[in-house]
Amino acid sequence: MIEWREDGVVLAARKHGETSAIVEVFTAEHGRHAGVVRGGASRKMAATLQPGAQVDITWKARLDDHLGHFTIEPVRSRAQAMGDRLSLAGLNAVAGLLTAALAERDAHPPLYRRTIQLLDLLGEKEVWPLAYLQWELALLDEMGFGLDLGACAVTGATEGLVYVSPKSGRAVSAAGAGEWAAKLLPLPPVLRGQGDADDSEIREALGTTGYFIEHRLIKGSGDRPMPAARARLLDLIGRV
Amino acid sequence: MTDAPKAMTDLIDLMARLPGLGPRSARRAVLHLIKKRGQLMGPLAEAMAQVSATARECLNCGNIGTTDICEICQSEKRGNGMICVVEDVADLWAMERSAQFKGRYHVLGGTLSALDAIGPDELRIPKLLDRIASEQISEVILALSATIDGQTTAHYIADQLPGVTVTSLAQGVPVGGELDYLDDGTITAALKARRAL
Repeated sequence: MIEWREDGVVLAARKHGETSAIVEVFTAEHGRHAGVVRGGASRKMAATLQPGAQVDITWKARLDDHLGHFTIEPVRSRAQAMGDRLSLAGLNAVAGLLTAALAERDAHPPLYRRTIQLLDLLGEKEVWPLAYLQWELALLDEMGFGLDLGACAVTGATEGLVYVSPKSGRAVSAAGAGEWAAKLLPLPPVLRGQGDADDSEIREALGTTGYFIEHRLIKGSGDRPMPAARARLLDLIGRV
Repeated sequence: MTDAPKAMTDLIDLMARLPGLGPRSARRAVLHLIKKRGQLMGPLAEAMAQVSATARECLNCGNIGTTDICEICQSEKRGNGMICVVEDVADLWAMERSAQFKGRYHVLGGTLSALDAIGPDELRIPKLLDRIASEQISEVILALSATIDGQTTAHYIADQLPGVTVTSLAQGVPVGGELDYLDDGTITAALKARRAL
């Protein structure tokens, strides 16, 4: 019998038969991992298996490639997010993106730590949108599609960077863009850790990161749509 | 599986498909029905035939009744300007058991779920918006599950209803609940919804 034990975050739970559930979690050492929870469809387990909940997981299976069974104990609930629409939309967007973008059983310890830090900030309305943007940048970086925003891909200049190339993910200056400017993505200062980082700028920056997430991570791993929860989060940022 | 005649094994197979029953418990139920043929099996068969012939979904609210428009929607007394939005007919029945709500209902048929590709159009949300406009609704009570999906649906509906009072059921300590046995999410919700005594 193969067995491991680790902390993780619940991403999704789907009823399996009358009493069990197939639960998907995100852990540091085992990445996005699924397993059957016996009794997972019960009322007793409902609070523990909500997306975003931090849990202690023991996975057991006879062979490594089997789905296996989880034994799950609650560590920390994120139920406080349910009362606040921005937190709820943020939680759904994080769970949706991790489910859609990560390959199964592919370990990403740094991304796991960033995810826990981000979820711990839920409810902090002043800082959460910026923290979420930084998390999306970390997600791209961790998956090998990090944006290179230090210097212009055309001229090498480090000042006056206002665009991102949708092909290379590198910064481009206004002078370097020339006639291609209309085809480039915006590079608001907040993406380089500069400026006021107000909500409209963060929304613009999320438009740019969203392009790479959609085209490199989501569509790159099959013909899947972007999670609708992310669009709802963008809609709420600046409105709430 | 059993030595029973084919008609009975067919009945056992059908019963075994019901929620909460497996082949073994279905066999026990069928045997019990056969023993109580006069008192139980006959009336049960008649009741099932009648419900099968008459049960239908209310065209207005999604409740299950025996007419195109259910009794609650037909009742003028229930037209008090309040609509209670529930996920499922079972939730509607639970609310009716409490006998506290005197308005009308709207059954969504589920909750929004990105994982299962259930969007607003898969639920009865457009119909709800039509009803709010046509029935002079002043308050919408969202009686949805205290789950991430349930509350996401509640916030989505609330965003679609500017100009209408939208309320939701309180969350917190259940009747008979002891704090020691509550999860931290419930305690958090109860603390946030505390009130002066």
